[in-house]
Amino acid sequence: MILVSLIALLMLGGLMAWGSERAGSHWPRWVTLGTAFVGLCAIGFDTIPHLGQVDPPSNPWLREYSVPWIPRFGIGLHLAMDGLSFLLIALTLLLGIVAVIASWTEITTGIGFFHFNLLWVLAGIAGVFLAMDLFLFFVFWELMLVPMYLMISIWGHERRSYAATKFFLFTQAGGLLMLISILALSIVHYRQTGVTTFDYSLLLGTSLPPQTELWLMLGFFAAFAVKLPMVPLHPWLPDAHTEAPTGGSIILAGLLLKTGAYGLLRFAIPLFPNASETFAVVAMTLGVVGILYGALLAFAQTDFKRLVAYSSVAHLGFVLLGIYAGNLHARQGAIMAMIAHGLSTGALFMIAGLLQERLHTRDMNRMGGLWPVMPKLSGVTLVFSMASLGIPGLANFIGEFLVLLGTYRVNILLAVLATIGVVGAALYSLILIQRAFHGENTEGWKVPDLGGTQFATLGAMILFSLALGLYPQPLLNAAQPGVARIQTWGDPPTTGEKPAEASDTTTSAPPGP
Amino acid sequence: MIMLDWFWIIPALPLAGFLVLTLAPSLSRATVSGMTLATSTLAAVLSASFAVALLQQGFHPFGHTRILWTWMDLEGFTPRIALYVDALSMTMVLIITGVGVLVQLYAIEYMSDDPDYQRFFAYMNLFVGAMLMLVLADNFLLLFLGWESVGLCSYLLIGFWYRDSLNGLAARKAFIVNRIGDAAMIVGLCLVFTELGTLDIQATLRRAGAEWTIGDPMAVAATVLLLGGAVGKSAQIPLQVWLPDAMAGPTPVSALIHSATMVTAGVYLIARTHALFALAPATQAVIVVIGTTTMLLAASSALVQRDIKRVFAYSTISQLGYMFMALGVGAAGAAIFHLFTHACFKALLFLVAGALMFGLHHEQDLLKMGGLRRELPLVFWAAVIGAASLSGLPFITAGFFSKDQILLQAWISPNGGPWLLIAGLFGSVLTALYSFRVVFLAFFGDKQREVTQAPGWRMTVPMGILAALSLGVGWLGWSAKAEEPSWFLRLMDTAMPVHQPYPVTEAQAGTIAFLASAAALLGVGWAYLAYMHRPAVLDAMGQSEAVRMIRQFLLRGWAFNRIYRWTVQLPFRVLARAAKVDIVDQGYERVIMHPFLRIADLNRDDVLDRVYRGLTRLVEQSAIAARRLQTGHVRWYATVLVAGALGLAGFAVLA
Repeated sequence: MILVSLIALLMLGGLMAWGSERAGSHWPRWVTLGTAFVGLCAIGFDTIPHLGQVDPPSNPWLREYSVPWIPRFGIGLHLAMDGLSFLLIALTLLLGIVAVIASWTEITTGIGFFHFNLLWVLAGIAGVFLAMDLFLFFVFWELMLVPMYLMISIWGHERRSYAATKFFLFTQAGGLLMLISILALSIVHYRQTGVTTFDYSLLLGTSLPPQTELWLMLGFFAAFAVKLPMVPLHPWLPDAHTEAPTGGSIILAGLLLKTGAYGLLRFAIPLFPNASETFAVVAMTLGVVGILYGALLAFAQTDFKRLVAYSSVAHLGFVLLGIYAGNLHARQGAIMAMIAHGLSTGALFMIAGLLQERLHTRDMNRMGGLWPVMPKLSGVTLVFSMASLGIPGLANFIGEFLVLLGTYRVNILLAVLATIGVVGAALYSLILIQRAFHGENTEGWKVPDLGGTQFATLGAMILFSLALGLYPQPLLNAAQPGVARIQTWGDPPTTGEKPAEASDTTTSAPPGP
Repeated sequence: MIMLDWFWIIPALPLAGFLVLTLAPSLSRATVSGMTLATSTLAAVLSASFAVALLQQGFHPFGHTRILWTWMDLEGFTPRIALYVDALSMTMVLIITGVGVLVQLYAIEYMSDDPDYQRFFAYMNLFVGAMLMLVLADNFLLLFLGWESVGLCSYLLIGFWYRDSLNGLAARKAFIVNRIGDAAMIVGLCLVFTELGTLDIQATLRRAGAEWTIGDPMAVAATVLLLGGAVGKSAQIPLQVWLPDAMAGPTPVSALIHSATMVTAGVYLIARTHALFALAPATQAVIVVIGTTTMLLAASSALVQRDIKRVFAYSTISQLGYMFMALGVGAAGAAIFHLFTHACFKALLFLVAGALMFGLHHEQDLLKMGGLRRELPLVFWAAVIGAASLSGLPFITAGFFSKDQILLQAWISPNGGPWLLIAGLFGSVLTALYSFRVVFLAFFGDKQREVTQAPGWRMTVPMGILAALSLGVGWLGWSAKAEEPSWFLRLMDTAMPVHQPYPVTEAQAGTIAFLASAAALLGVGWAYLAYMHRPAVLDAMGQSEAVRMIRQFLLRGWAFNRIYRWTVQLPFRVLARAAKVDIVDQGYERVIMHPFLRIADLNRDDVLDRVYRGLTRLVEQSAIAARRLQTGHVRWYATVLVAGALGLAGFAVLA
C-alpha cells in the first residue's frame, strides 16, 4: 500500500503545488518540498528497518502491491519494491528535494506549473522503479517523459525548443521499440501457456527461441540504451541537459538516466538472460566506447553544463560496462556508480545553475578567477569534480573500482581500456576547475557566494558521497538480494579471503627481558 | 600491544586539523598556526613514543594490524580500513610526522604574508593525513586511497597560487602524469585480486610466494603494473616530467611533498611489496635500468639549471633514481635508508632555497645570487651541510653512509655488477658537482642583491634540526664489521624478511667506501675549480655552439617534454578539437533532426505537420498560458492529466 500511496502522494502533491500558486509564489515550492520530504520519510521509516530481513527464495520483495487493472488483458496494477528499487526511490526523492532547492530562485514564471511537472516527473520515475507489470511500466515510462519535455521546452535556455524536440524524438523512438517487444513477449507467452499477462513475475520464465529472444531483448535494450545513454544513442543528452532548467538537469542526469540502467537490470537481462549473455560483449564494448568518447568530448567543451553532460556519458559508460560484465562485483559497482553519479552530477548541475544565475553565462571562457569571489562555491565544486574523477574516499570511486574489478575477470582488454577513462576523467574534471575558478578574474566578476540553504544542500550531498565512499556496506547490502537474483555469467566469483587469515596478522614478539 | 589500538590517532590528528581549517570561517593567523603546530607536534611526539615502545621489543619481526572498520564486504572482496604497523611503516611515519612538523613550523613564518594562509595549512594538514594513510594501509585499496589523496594535495599545493595560469598548468600536469601511472596501478590491483583473491598486502605477499614461482608471468605482470604507479609518483623515467614543474608550488611544499615524503611513495610501495618483486627478476632488471638512467639524466640536468629550486628538483629525481637502483638489485633496506637520509638533507636544502627566496624577494635565479655567505651565515652553513650530505662527503655526513650502501649492493648483487657501480660513482661525482655549484654560486663570489629580510627563528630552528640530522643519522647505518648488517638494516629486515642477502667482505666494503669518498671529493673539487677558481674557463666553453646545444638539451631535462608534446599532447589536442563538435551528433543532425525539422517547417499547414506541430503548439500554448493561468488550454491540459490520474487511482481502488 505504501508504494501506491507514494505515487499518489507525488501526483496529488503536484496538483496541490499547482493550485497553491494562487496563495503566493513561494507556496508551490514549499508544497513540493514538503511532498518529497514526506515521501522520503515515509518510505525510509517504512522500509529501512526491514532492509536486511528479506528472505530471497520465498519472497523477493520488501513491499508489494497488486490488484488487477484491465483483467481482460492480464494487466495488473502490480507494484513491488526490493532493495535496488528502494535505493533508487530514495535517490529520486532526495534529488527531488535538491531540484526544488536549486530552482528556488531560478524559476520565476509559471511557478505552480513547474512544480507540478517536477512532481509528476518524480511520480513517473518512481512508478518506473516500482512497476512489475510491463504494461504499467510502459505507462510510467511514458508518463515521466511528458512533464520532462514540458520542463525543458518551457523553462529551458536559448535552444530549448530544439533540445526538447530532440529529447522527445529519441526517447519516443526507443519507447516504441520497447512497446513492440512488450506486446510480442506477451503474445509469445500467450501462445505457449494460453494466458494473457503482462505481469513481470509470470513472464520471467517464458522460454523463447534464441532468435526471437535476441530481437525482443534488442527492443528493450534500445529503449534503455537511449535513456542510459549509450554511445552512439546519446546525442539527445548534451542538448537536453544543457538547455533544461537547473531542476530539470538534476532530474535528467540524476534520475532519468538511471531508469535506463534500472531497466537493463530489472527487465532486459532477467527476461532475456541468454540473449543478454550473447550480447554482453557488444554492450560492454559500447560501454567502454562511451567512457572514452564521453571523456574526450567533455574535455573539449567550453560550456559548463555541456561538459558535465558529456561527463555523464562517460560515467554511465561505466554503469553499462558493469551491468554486462555479468558478475556480482561489477553489478554492485554499477549500482554504486549510479547512486554516486546521481549525487555528484546532480550537485554539479546545481552548481552550474547557481553559476548561471550569478553570471548569466555558462561559457567557461568568460569565467576564471572565481575562487576568491566565491570560495565556498569553488571549494564545493572542487569536491564534486574530484568525486567525478573518481578520487578514493568518495562514492564514485567505489562504483568505478568494483566495475573494473568485475570487468577484469571477464575481459582484460576492456578493463584496461576503461581504466584509460580514469585519466580522461582527470583531464576534464581539472580543466573545469581551472577554467571556472582558477586563473585571473579577467571579467571582474563580483557576485555573492553560496547562500545558507544552498551550502547546506551541497554539504549534505558531500557528506552522503563521503559516507558511501568510506562505508558503502549498507548500500551494498540493500542491493544484494535484488542483484543476486539477476542471472550472472562469466567466471564464478573467486573463493575469497578466509576470515581467519584476514583477522590479525600480528606475530608480536614476547615482551622484552 | 594494547597501545597500538590508539595508533589511528596519528593520521586522525592532521585530518581533524584539515576539517577544522576547511570548515571554520576565516580564522586568525595565530589560531591557524597554533592549531597546525599543535596537531603536527602531537602527531610527531606520538609517533616517536610509539616507535620507542616498539623498539623496546627488540629485533623480532613484527607486524601489527589494527582494523578500524571493514570498508566493504562483497563476495570475497573485503578490503578493510586497517592500519598495519611494522618497522617499515613506522620509519615512514617518523619521517612524515618529523619532517612534517619542521616544515610546518618553517611555513608559519615563510607564508606569513600570504592572504590564503588558512587554505595553505588546510591542504598541508590534509596531505600529512593522507600520506600517513598511504604508508599505514594494510591493503592495496586503502594504500591507493592515500596514494590518490596525496596526489590531490600535491595538485592543490602546486597550483596554490592559482592566479597564474602557469601554476595551474604545472598542477594539472603533475596530477595527470601521476594518473597515467595510477591507471596502471588500478589494473595491477585488479590483476592481484583476480589471481590471488585478496588485496591485503601481507596476504598477497604470502599467497604470491606460495602460488607463483620465480619468473612467473603473472608476477612479472603484477609487478610491472605496480611499478607503473611507482614510476609516476616517484618521478622516474618515463613519467619524471612533472616534478621540475611542480616547483611552482610554495617552497615548504617542495620541501615536504616533492622531496621528503610524497615522491618517495613509489619507493615505499616497491619496498613494501619487495617479496612480490623478488619473484619477478625481469621487473627488477627494468627497475635497475629505469633507476640508473633516471639518476644520470636528472643529475646531468641539475648541472645546468639556473633556478635553484629546479636544481634541487632534478636532484630529487636523481636521488630517487639511486633508491630505485637499490630496489632493483634487491636491496630494499638500503633504499629505505637512503630515503630516510635523503628526507633530512633534501628537505634541508629546500628550506635553504626558501630562506634565500625569502630574503631576496622571491629570486630563484642562482646567477643573480652570490656573496650571501656573510649576510646569511646560518643559511650558508645549512646549505653547506645539506650539500655535503647530498654529495656524500665521507664519514661526517648521512648521505655518505646511505649512498655507500647502495653502491655496495649495486656492485655485488647479481642484478648489478661493475658497470652499475661505475654508473653510480659517475652519478656521485655529478651530484657533488651540482650541489657545490649551488653553494659556490649562491654564497661566494660578488654580492648581487641586497637581503631584504633575514629568516626568523621559526625558519632557522627547523633548518638547524635538519642540518643536525643530515650529519647524524648516517651512523644508524654504520656497522663496525662489514659482514654484519647495520642497526638500521637489521631493523628493516624485521619488516622485509624476504630480502636477497649478498654477503659482503671487508675488502669489498673498504673498496666501496674509498671509491665513494673519492667520487664525492672529486665532484666537490671539480665544482671548486669550475665555479671558484677558474670561472673564466666555463664562460669560454659556453661560447661554443656544441656546448650551448648540450646545455639546452640538459636544461630541458633531455627534451622529454618536447617528445611528449609532439607524440601525446598534440594528437590529443587535435582529437579534442575535432571532437568538440560531437560527430555522432552531427550524423543524427543530418539524418534525423534536420530533415525532421525541415519537413515540419515546410509543411507548416500539412497534416503531418499538424500532428507534430499541434502537439508542440499545444504544449507551448499551455505553457504560455500556464504562466498567466488565464486561458482554457491549461485547464484543459490539467483536466486530461487529472482525469488520467483519477482513472488510475480509481482502478486501483475499485479493482
